[in-house]
Amino acid sequence: MTLKHISFKNLIRRKGKASFVLAGLVIGVSTIVGIISFVDAMTNDINHKLEKYGANILIVPRTENLPLTYGGLSLGGVSFEMEEIRQEELARVSSIKNARNIAALGPLVLGVVKVDSHKVLLAGVDFKASAILKPWWQIKGKVPDDKGVMLGAEAARILNLNVADRLMIKDRRFIVSGILKPTGSQDDQLVFTRLTTAQSLFDKGGRVSMAEVAALCQDCPIEAMVEQISDALPGAKVMAIQQVVKGRMETLGHFKKFSYGISGVILLIGSLVVLVTMMGSVRERTDEIGIFRAIGFRKRHVMEIVLWEAAIVSGLAGIVGYLLGWGVTKVAVRYFIEGHSGSVPFDFELAAGAFILALLIGLVSSAYPAFIASRLDPNEALRAL
Amino acid sequence: MSYITAENLNKTYGNGEAAVTAVSDISFQIESGEFIGVMGESGAGKSTLLSIMGAMNTPTSGRFVVDDIDVYSLTQEKQADFRREFLGFIFQSFHLVPYLTVFENVMLPLTIIKASRKHKRALVENALSQVGLLDKADRLPNQISGGEKERVAIARAVVNEPPVLLADEPTGNLDTKTSAEIMKLLQRLNTDGMTIIMVTHSPECAHYARRIMRVSDGKVVEDDRTSRSFPTH
Repeated sequence: MTLKHISFKNLIRRKGKASFVLAGLVIGVSTIVGIISFVDAMTNDINHKLEKYGANILIVPRTENLPLTYGGLSLGGVSFEMEEIRQEELARVSSIKNARNIAALGPLVLGVVKVDSHKVLLAGVDFKASAILKPWWQIKGKVPDDKGVMLGAEAARILNLNVADRLMIKDRRFIVSGILKPTGSQDDQLVFTRLTTAQSLFDKGGRVSMAEVAALCQDCPIEAMVEQISDALPGAKVMAIQQVVKGRMETLGHFKKFSYGISGVILLIGSLVVLVTMMGSVRERTDEIGIFRAIGFRKRHVMEIVLWEAAIVSGLAGIVGYLLGWGVTKVAVRYFIEGHSGSVPFDFELAAGAFILALLIGLVSSAYPAFIASRLDPNEALRAL
Repeated sequence: MSYITAENLNKTYGNGEAAVTAVSDISFQIESGEFIGVMGESGAGKSTLLSIMGAMNTPTSGRFVVDDIDVYSLTQEKQADFRREFLGFIFQSFHLVPYLTVFENVMLPLTIIKASRKHKRALVENALSQVGLLDKADRLPNQISGGEKERVAIARAVVNEPPVLLADEPTGNLDTKTSAEIMKLLQRLNTDGMTIIMVTHSPECAHYARRIMRVSDGKVVEDDRTSRSFPTH
C-alpha cells in the first residue's frame, strides 16, 4: 500500500465530492478546449475563404511616377501612358513555384471613356476570373457579352441608365447587360466590359493595365508568392494587399484575445471550485489526518495524500475535458460555421496542454488545502488522547 | 537510567485568569516492559498526560525523555518519526480509516517506512494473526464488530513492533466479555516485552496493570508499584 493508494481509496469513498471537483474541472477544461478548437476552426475557415476568394496580390506596371491621389481625391490625372504589362508575359505567373496556390488571375485594362457628357473609367475584365476574385459581386441582369457593358451602381445612377438601355462608347453601340449592386468599393463608379472589348476600344491588343491574383495561402507565405511573381515579371511591380491580411489578422487577434479572457475567467472559477471542495474535504477528514499524524506520518506525507487526490481527479478531468470540448466543437462548427464539414482534427498538442493545464489547476488549487492539512495538530485533530 | 523519564511536567491551557492547569509538576520513571494503568476522574489530566507521552502535546515546562531522547527538543517532523518508531497508539474510539480494509488499516504505519512489500505483508499478517483477525483482513471497518475494531486498532498499533504502547480507554466502548479479551491481548503483548501505558476508568482493566498511577487535579497522587500478578480469569 502506498500514499497514492490511500488517496485513490478516499476518492472512491467520497464519490460525491470527487465528482464535484471532476465536474468543475471538466467544465472548465472542455470550455477552454472548445473555445480554442472553435477559434482555430474559425481561423482556418476564414483563412480558407479569404484566401480562396478575393484578390490578395496586385500586379501593376513598374513606374517612376508617384500617384497624385489621396483618399479618393485626384490632384492630377493618373497616368495610364506607362509601359503596360504584356498578356503573354503575364502567362508566366502560372509557372511559378507556388502556382498551385493561385486560385485566379484576373487581367484588367483601364481607360477613360466619355458616355454622354460624363467621363468614366472603363475596365475590361475577365468575368470568369472576376467570379473568383470578387465573389461579393451581385449582378442585376447578366454578365456582358462582346457588345455589352456592366455598370457599377453609382455609374448607373449618374449616367441614368438601366438594364437593357443602350449607350455609345467611342462611336460603338453597347447595351447595358447588367448593373452591379452597391459594393462600397471603387467598382461602384466603373463601367465594365469584356477584356478583349476594352483592349480593342483602347487599341491595347495583348496588353493589360494591371492584374489581380487570388492566392490560396493557407500553407504558403504570401510574401514568397509576391517574390516569385516579381521574378517572373521583372518589368512589373507586385504587391500583397497588406490591408486585407492585416485587417483579417486584427479581427482574429481580437477574437482570440476575447476568448482567452473568457478562458481565464473559467480557469479562475474552476480553481475556486477545486479550492473550496478540497478545503471542505480536508475539514471533513480532520480525525483521519490526526490518525495519520499520530502514527508517524510527516507533514509532507499528508500533503502528498491530498495532492495525489487532486492529481488523480484533475488528470482525469484533463482527459475527459479535452474529449468533451473536442466533441462539442465538432457539433458547434456545423451550426455556427456555414458550410463547415464538422471535421475537427484530434489535436495532440491541445490534448496534452489540456491534461497539463487541468493537472496544474488541480495541484495549485489544492496546494493550500494540502498545506492546511499537513499543519493539523494531531492532538487537536484527534481530541481523543 | 530508566527507559522513560518525566521530569516536572506542566501543561497549562490558556492565559491569565482563563488559564487551566491540566498537568502540574508531574515526574515519574518507567522501566522497559512495565504495564502501567493511569487512573483518575474525568478532567484529572490523565489524557493530557498521555498525549504528552505520545509526543503530540508539548508541555508548558518539564522534560520527557524516552530511551535517552528528549522528545520535545525534537523538531515536529522528528517527533513524527519518533512516534512512528517508538510508539503504538490505541484510541478509545478505534479511529480506523473507514475506506481502508482491515489489512490496509493495519498496514497504515508501514506505508511510509522503507521495506519490501513482502516484509510489510508478513508484518501485517503477523499482527493480524496475533489479534485473531487474519480471516477478516479484507473487510471494511463497518463490516466488523466493536471488539474486532479494537483488535484491528491494536494490530495497527503493534504492527511495526514499537517498544511502547499507549492506550486510551481501550475497552471504553466494549462489553465486559470483549473487554476481558482485549485486556488479555494487551497482557500477552506486555509479557512479550512491550511497555504499555494505559489510561482507564475501569478497575477491572486496571487489574491487568502491574503499576497504577492515580492522577487528580493534574498531579500524580498515588504511584502504586506494589508487585501485582496478572489476573487469571
